[in-house]
This record gives sequence, structure tokens and C-alpha cells, in this order.
Amino acid sequence: MSGTNDLYDPKQVAALDPETLDAARADASAAFAGATTLEALTALKPAHLGDRSPVLTARREIGALPPQARSESGKRVNEVRVAIQSAYDERLAVLSAERDERVLAEEAVDVTLPGDRHARGSRHPLTQISERVADIFIGMGYEVAEGPEVESEWLNFDALNFLPDHPARTMQDTFHVEPPAARQVLRTHTSPVQIRTLLERDLPVYVVCPGRTFRTDELDATHTPVFHQVEGLAVDEGITMAHLKGTLDAFAQAMFGAESVTRLRPSYFPFTEPSAEVDVWFPEKRGGAGWVEWGGCGMVDPNVLRACGVDAEKYSGFAFGMGLERTLQFRNGLPDMRDMVEGDVRFTSAFAVEP
Amino acid sequence: MRVPVSWLLQHVDLPPGDVPSPEAVGDALIRVGLEVEDVARIPVSVGPLVVGRVRSIEELTEFKKPIRYCRVDVGDDAQRSSTVEVGGEHNEDDGTRGIVCGATNFVEGDLVVVALPGAVLPGAFAIAARTTYGHVSDGMICALDELGLGDDHSGILVLPPGTADPGDDAAVLLGLDDAVLDIAVTPDRGYCLSVRGLARELACALDAVHGDPALLGNDLPAPDGDAWPVRLEPDAQCRRFVARRVTDLDPAAPTPWWMRRRLLLCGIRPISLAVDVTNYVMLELGQPMHAYDASAVRGEVVVRRARADEKITTLDDVQRVLDPDDVLVTDDSGPIGMAGIMGGASTEVAATTGDVLLEAATWDAPSVARAARRHRLPSEAARRFEREVDPAVARAATDRAAWLLATYGGATVAPGVTDEGGVPAPAPVFMALDLPDRVAGRRYERGAVVRRLSQIGCAVEVAGADPGDGGGAGLRATPPTWRPDLTRPADLVEEVLRLEGYDGIPSELPAARPGTGLTLGQRRRRQVSRALADAGYDEVLPSPFVAPSVFDALGLDADDPRRRALRLANPLDAERALMATTLLPGLLDAVVRNASRGLRDLALFQIGQVVRPGAGEPAEAPVLPVDARPDDAAFAEVLAGLPAQPLRVGAVLAGAWDRAGWWGPGRPADWADAIEAARLVGRTYGVELEVSADRHAPWHPGRCAALHLPDGTLVGHAGELHPKVVETLGLPARTCAMELEIDRLPLVEARPSPAVSPFPPVLLDVALVLDAGVPAASVAAALREGGGDLVEDVRLFDVYTGAQVGEGNRSLAFALRLRAPDRTLTLEEASARRDAAVATAAERHGARLR
Repeated sequence: MSGTNDLYDPKQVAALDPETLDAARADASAAFAGATTLEALTALKPAHLGDRSPVLTARREIGALPPQARSESGKRVNEVRVAIQSAYDERLAVLSAERDERVLAEEAVDVTLPGDRHARGSRHPLTQISERVADIFIGMGYEVAEGPEVESEWLNFDALNFLPDHPARTMQDTFHVEPPAARQVLRTHTSPVQIRTLLERDLPVYVVCPGRTFRTDELDATHTPVFHQVEGLAVDEGITMAHLKGTLDAFAQAMFGAESVTRLRPSYFPFTEPSAEVDVWFPEKRGGAGWVEWGGCGMVDPNVLRACGVDAEKYSGFAFGMGLERTLQFRNGLPDMRDMVEGDVRFTSAFAVEP
Repeated sequence: MRVPVSWLLQHVDLPPGDVPSPEAVGDALIRVGLEVEDVARIPVSVGPLVVGRVRSIEELTEFKKPIRYCRVDVGDDAQRSSTVEVGGEHNEDDGTRGIVCGATNFVEGDLVVVALPGAVLPGAFAIAARTTYGHVSDGMICALDELGLGDDHSGILVLPPGTADPGDDAAVLLGLDDAVLDIAVTPDRGYCLSVRGLARELACALDAVHGDPALLGNDLPAPDGDAWPVRLEPDAQCRRFVARRVTDLDPAAPTPWWMRRRLLLCGIRPISLAVDVTNYVMLELGQPMHAYDASAVRGEVVVRRARADEKITTLDDVQRVLDPDDVLVTDDSGPIGMAGIMGGASTEVAATTGDVLLEAATWDAPSVARAARRHRLPSEAARRFEREVDPAVARAATDRAAWLLATYGGATVAPGVTDEGGVPAPAPVFMALDLPDRVAGRRYERGAVVRRLSQIGCAVEVAGADPGDGGGAGLRATPPTWRPDLTRPADLVEEVLRLEGYDGIPSELPAARPGTGLTLGQRRRRQVSRALADAGYDEVLPSPFVAPSVFDALGLDADDPRRRALRLANPLDAERALMATTLLPGLLDAVVRNASRGLRDLALFQIGQVVRPGAGEPAEAPVLPVDARPDDAAFAEVLAGLPAQPLRVGAVLAGAWDRAGWWGPGRPADWADAIEAARLVGRTYGVELEVSADRHAPWHPGRCAALHLPDGTLVGHAGELHPKVVETLGLPARTCAMELEIDRLPLVEARPSPAVSPFPPVLLDVALVLDAGVPAASVAAALREGGGDLVEDVRLFDVYTGAQVGEGNRSLAFALRLRAPDRTLTLEEASARRDAAVATAAERHGARLR
């Protein structure tokens, strides 16, 4: 260690000797390059960049030089110091990168392991389609009307223009309820909700009625004694069959795609006159674009309006109804009706939660 | 109804070059509103199919079944020579060929149909000469089903004598180039259960002229006197009774082939000429007929209601006990027929009957419908009568039948005609001329309305003023007798619209007024469904039909109100005749079914109505009118008579809630999950359901929670099921369930907004030691109350039992979060509140700080 030296004697300052400095740089580079871990590199740092390292020792000797020699020596020392520091930094970067890579590799997991700690639930497709239908009609300004499943015969039949002992009534395959004097049935269609609506709401009415209905059909691939219908009813001044057709077209397009169309075929229902069967044509039908029988419809029979106290001279209306199971069957290609009632979770799960 | 196309076309006047194909006929009928379920062409036979005459029959007795070797004259030498070398048996000089046949229903001289070698019958049945039973069989004598005419294989087809000559082309004779329509006739169109009615519809659809078979002429003697004394009692509700008698009928006279063919294609088996004629006339004119053996009818025929305990043996040899509502045809001996349903055995036309009394009556439709249902006899006749039969056709039908029996059975038609009752004149219907336009939403061409109504048989007059519509232009249409369904303007409108074609009705949307969307209740119901699905439950929709035994399986007390279930009068399964009073049986069924299919980790839910009848018999329903709005009180009474049908949600859990996996073990679903599902439902309605211990079947008595609204209303139960219930129903161990009555949850449209304090909270924990029997919820409630309004939240975070807290005790550790609405709460203040909370818990439940 030397203080400021006023004497001019370069030979006395051996540490500043260029060869010594070059040797220090070479030593450091070789040492750093030989370090294979971050720990080894860190351990080498004091010897080559620390206070007692040759290059820092040399820097301290600069003061002993005559002023005219200091500049050149200082420059030389600094170059060496920067070079050693760079060698260190470069090696540090290399070793850090190697370590990072190793750690990340060690932390790798099998991302294909299942993560389903808890099962996800699902909603029955009939619930989903029923809500979807309701939403379509709500979009057109309708409201959703509901009614009970055990229903009075007057509402299920009489008020809907089913005459007593008429084959139309017996063809409904009705579940009757004990005792007969109570005149109650399991509703065979959602149409009694039409009557409730007309009796309970102010005109005009635009309602859609989804619900569970019952007929004495044995359960098989295409029948079920417990099924679901959705029915629509519009009673207003000036309602025409063209309005019925337009509404069915809009409904079909919402359910089956913009290219869908409906077709009416004359038919018979006691509660509509004229009556029609509705067929729907849509491109995505299973087995190729084509027609499918979808439901029934017609203009509300004047007898029905009269039983509800509606002035048939002033008001007219239309009604339509579809089976939701059937709609689901041909829309989603369900092969067997029994899947809808058996409650196998694999069936429901496939439909998730929508809409 | 099944009907051959050729028969319909016979009564529709079409230019010869313009005859539609069977498919086009089907489409035309569909267009005007008939439900054509099938257009079945008669299967095609190819190659030589000829008429043959059986010359000789040799019975081959050495075989296990009867086999005949027949020589048959097929009238064609050229074909015979082509096969002359086969077996050498064809070289006989009598011009016949040998055919082996297994049927025995024919004799020498009979005319039969022979498929010659080279013919291919339906079903790719190729006929070739072959050696069988020791003879060369050079063709086949055909049965009906082999020719594609129905499914009768009871014997070969024997044609009536004189039908044709040997060698004639049998395909032409049999009319094999035809198709059969299968039509489901809607209940309003009884007239379409006949060729007469269907041909009229087809004529309308094709805009052609209809040839009414009821107007076919005959050369019967002019009526003179009664055919038989007949008296109609007023309460029998017989509108018309026509009878005619034929004598000297040859009972052995065969039914002509053309008639047999039509009967066969319509699905009716030919029996004898007399029976076949009545069936034929029914198919042709829609008038069911009955033929009595006149020699067996005793004295005056009286049509009346049945007397108590009266009996009849019907044609099907079944003795039936009659109901006073039944209408009968009787003679001095008693009942000889059930009106409109089936004749009696005592006057049945037998194999020797030569003296026949023909009946064509018009019966009251509801009366026949009731009787047919009561006796479970849905006969062809009843099917027509309950859909109304044209009263005007009865006379034409008896004449037609008599003429057919005279023509084909050699009978003599007696001049007498009995015609009691009459044909009520149909009432005219007034209709505004533009009503069809207003209903359809389009304009029909001038004249279309009148033309269409005339086409269906109405007598139409244009009336200057329509009394029903304030004096606009109108018309007066008198419907034909076969259309009793046309009584109102709307009925006429339908006729115009359907015949003009529904495809001409435009498509436009009505302007509905703005709606208000789903009701709050409907929205909440959807939210419950979504919340449960999101929480991991799968929705199922089980059947609501249950057996009474399920209530025992659920361990319900004898007087449990849930046993009071609605009973179906006609269940599909007599065992399951009750409507479910709870959702649990259906849900548990679904658990069992899934488990049996190897699906063990289950969380299922259902939202649905249950049926809860009140105590006591339901009252007799008041009779409401249908010609006017019912009186409010009477309607209210009808509604009040219905059982309560509250909406419920149920959920069941079995197996693992959290699955086991590479992350570690799973966690089985337990009572707490079931209660949490119930609370989740409550929260979707914006209420925290209060949980308390309860004992309620079918739950485990120590693991059952009752769930209440803050106002004390019981909403339902949740927890683990009773082990006995689990065992009885075969459920997975520790199955849990919850059921809530959604209708009892409050519907709050606008929930009040909370005041959210921006100041920091003070968090303090307390551990309390208490008797283990004190419910945690009660302790939490005491802490909340004791701490007062600064307590923002009380949360149980640990439960400890063990030696450190003493036998019969447990330690409950709660985290309290306290906060002031208007300032930063000091620790001192918070601690004072905590002490007050603990003090309340100590006072109420003997809690002490651990």
C-alpha cells in the first residue's frame, strides 16, 4: 500500500506494469470461465474484483505516479477492470440462465392430469328448451303463463269446446282423478292455461305457457305418459291466421335457424277453428333438410272465447302448441324418449347449463 | 280408414288422361285436411300370372301334411310347351299342367290364380318348375298374401265361378296396379269414414265433379207398405230407422271378386255375401248396416233403452249385461241388437239364411259413444256413429244392399220399406261475405267463398244483409245432411280456408304490446335451477307417479300428511296410482337407477309441483256453463276444489362430493352439503334460511335440519337420510337430501341497498367452551345479538372436542368482524363489544371463554 508519491520513479510501481495487468485479466477470465456454478463464481469474485485483487491494487498505485503518467496508467487499469467485470457479468448471466432453466425444468408438471376436484352440474334439456322458447316469445312481447297439473275437467275440456262423449275427448287418453265427482284430471295439454289466462287477465293477451302434461301412453322410445308442451295464445282485436303463420315462422327461425319455414295443414282441434297441423322445414334436420311435424294450431274457436266471456265479435285470437320432447328429439337428434325421464346423469350432463 | 285409390277415383270425374298417381291423391287429401298416414302401393308381381281352372286333384297321402297334386288348365299352350321337357309329365293331352299345392280349400272346377314359372311374386319370390313330393310342380297356385293382397294365408284364393276364363291375365283381374291409402279421420269428419265422403274431399281437392254413390240408381220395386213393423220409443233417441227385406237369397252365393277385393284392401275379411254386402255398403256410403235372419225375428221390432239386468249375447258370442243407458233393438224375444254397436247372436245371418232383414239406422252419437266405451266394443259401426252418420243416406244404403243381394245372391227384394223417424233439416248458417278474408288476413277472389261452400254440399244463397253482422253483405249456407259440424260462421270459414289452401295465407307478425318479461317468481325459479347446477347438481325429471308403499319405505308416521295423496282412477301401473306428495321418491329412484348403472357420485335436483290434497273427500265440482263466462264465485269454487300443488325443489346426494384424485383423498357428500344446498336456494331468494335441529322422516333423527324463514315460516328440511330408509330403498350408504317449498320463499322485487362502511374493521377471535348439545347456530346468534350493531360478521372457524374442554363439552371458535359505519373503531370499543357478545353467550348457553 502506498500513499501519494511525489517521486518520479515508475519502476517502483510494479502493480501498474502492463504485463502484470494483462496477467490479472487473463487469470480472472480463466477463473470465471472455470466456475461451473453460481456459488463457485461468487466465491471467485473477491480474488479478481475485490479490494485485494490485482486490478484494484493497481488502481491505488496510480497516485504514486508522476502526474504526466497517471492518465495513461489510469486508463489502462480501468480498461482491465471493466474487462474483468464484464467477464464476471457474462459468466454470471450464463450461470443464472442455466440455473433458471434447471429450476423451471424441475418444476414442470403433467398438465394432462385431471383437475376436476368437484363435478360440474347441469340442467335438464327440457328445462333449457322450455326457457329458450319462453325467451323467444318474451322477445316478441309475450308473457309466461302457468297453471296446475291437476286440473278441473271444465278447464281441461269443457271450456275448450270438448263436448261430453265426443270422440275428441276420449282420444285424449286422459288420466282421471278419484273421485270422479270432483271432475279433475291430470291436464292432457297446457291449453287449460289459455282459459285461465282469458278469465284472469285483461285483454289483449299474448302469453306462452310451457308446462308438464300427462296422457295414458305407455313409456317407449317415442311416447311418455309425462311430457312437456309449450303453448302460445294471442287474443287481440284483428288477429288473423296470417298473424299465426308469421308468429310460427318467427318461432321456427329462432329455434331452427334463419332459413326455417313453417307449413300449415288443415286439421281438427275442438278449441280452434280453423285448425291446422304445423310442419317445420329446416336445413339442419337430421338426415338432411326437410319437413317435420311439429305441433298443432289454429284460430281460437268462438265457443272458447264465449266460455271465457270474451266478445268474439270484437276480439279474435290464435293458439298453437308443440311437444317439447318431440321438438328436442328432432332438433337435437335424441333417439329415445326414455332418456328424458330416467334421470341418468350422463344424459343431463351432456346438455350443461344453457341458456 | 283404409281405402284403395281406384275406388275413390271411381267417384271423381276426371278426364281420362288426367288421372293422378296414388301419391298425388294422397297429397291432395292432405292438402284439404285429411291425415294420410300411408300410401301403400300393392306390391308388384312380375311375369306370367294367370287364371287357372283346377281339373283334377290327387291327394298325396304319404306325407305328414296334406299335399295335393293338381292338374290345372291355364289356357295357354305356348307357355306350356316351353316347359314340356321338365320331368316329362306335361305331355298329357288334356292341355293342363301339374302343380303341387299344400292348401285344401278348393275343389275340382274351381278358378284359381296361378303363378307360372318365370313369375316373380312380391318379396322377390321367384317361381320355377321344380320337382317336389315326387311330382314336377309347374307353377304355383297362389294365396292372397302371396299376391300382396293383405296378410291372409289361410288358403289359396278361389275366385267366384264365372269371374274369368283360364289363361286370363290375373294381374289385371286382381287389380294389382293399385294403392291403398291409410287415413286417420279426425273426429269432426265422420263422413270421411266412407268412400262417399273421401271421394267428395278428393273432388274438392282436385276441383273435379264428385259422383255420389248414394245416388246410384237401382231397379228395385217401388216401395209399398212396411218391410217390418218397427216402433221407436222416444227415449231411445233413434233418429231414423230404415229396414228392407229380401227373400230367397241363395246362402251359398259367393261374393263377387270385385267386392271381396275392395273389402280385403279396406282391411275387412270377406265372410258371406249377406255380411259382405252390409260391410261393403258401410264402406261405400258410411252407413253401418245390420242384417238379421228375418226368420228368427219375432214380432214387432221395438227400439228402446235397456231394462235393469237385461242381457244380450252378441255376435261375438259374449253375453253382456246391459246398462239402462244402452239402446237396444228388441223383438218379442228380447234384445236382438245393441244399437249402433253389434248385433245379437239369436238373429245372426247363418250359412242357411235366405230371408234377410236389412237395417240402416241413425243413432244418437253420444249414446253410442258411451255404450261402446262402457262395453269396450269399439266396432266399425260405433266408430262411425259416434262421429255422426248422414241420416239422409239410410234409405239409399238399404236399397243399395238389397240390390246387391238381389244381383249377386239371386234374392227377391220385398216391396215393403220401413222408414221410421226422419231427417232433420240442417239449419242454415249466416256468414258475412268478408269473414273468411278477416280470419285469414288476406282477400279471397270474388266467388271463391260461394264456390267452395257449394263444393262441400252447402246450398248457398247470397243474402243482402247478414243479421249477425250489422247489415254487411252476407250469405246463407244450408249445410248438407252429412256435415252436422257446420253450425257457425267459423265452421264455414274453415271450409273456405282449407279448400282455398293454407299455403295461400300470408306470414306477418302481430303487433304485441310491450310485455314485462318474466315475473319475479319465474326469474327466481330459473336462478335456483342455475345455482344448483353451478354448484354441481344435475337436474332430473322423474315421474310423479308413486306407490303407497314408498311412504312406508320413507318411514312416514301413519298420520303423516304426506301419506294423503291424490289417487288416479286409471293409472298405467296399478301399483303406482298416487301422485307424489314430495319430490324425494322420484329423486331417490333416480339415485338407485344411476347407482345400478355404476354412477356412484351423485348430486341430483328437481324443481316441480307436488300434489297435496286437503283432508277429506274433494267436493263435487259445480257445473259451469260453456256458453258464457262462468260466475266468479262458481269458478272460484272449481279452483278451490283443486288440490294444493306447491312448487318445490329437492336435491339428493350420494358418494363423493369432492373427488379423490392425484391431489389427495376425496370427501364424501354429507349432511352439511345437503343443508348448504338448501341455504343456497334461500340465498337466491335473498334470505338466509335459519337452520335448527329437527326430527323429520325420512331423515336421520340426529342429522336433520329444519329450515325456516326469519319470520318462523318452515320452508323445508335437509340432512342425511335415516339409515333404515337408505337400506329399504337400496340407496348408497349415507345418502343425503333436502327438499324446500319454493312457494314459501319471499319474493322481494327490490332488495334494500346496504350501507357500506369505508372504515377499517377490528377482527377478534373468541373460543367458547359449552355443553356439546348447544347448537352452534344458537351460539352464533347470541354473539351477534350480544355484540350489537357493530358486529358485522360472526363466523365459526373451529370446533374442538376432547379432554382439554371436558367430557360432554366442546369448544367453538368464532371470528368476529366489528366495524363502525362512521368512524374507525378503536380496539377498546371493539373489545367491549366482544365482551358483551361473550356475556350474552354465557348467559344463554353457559358459554365460557376458553
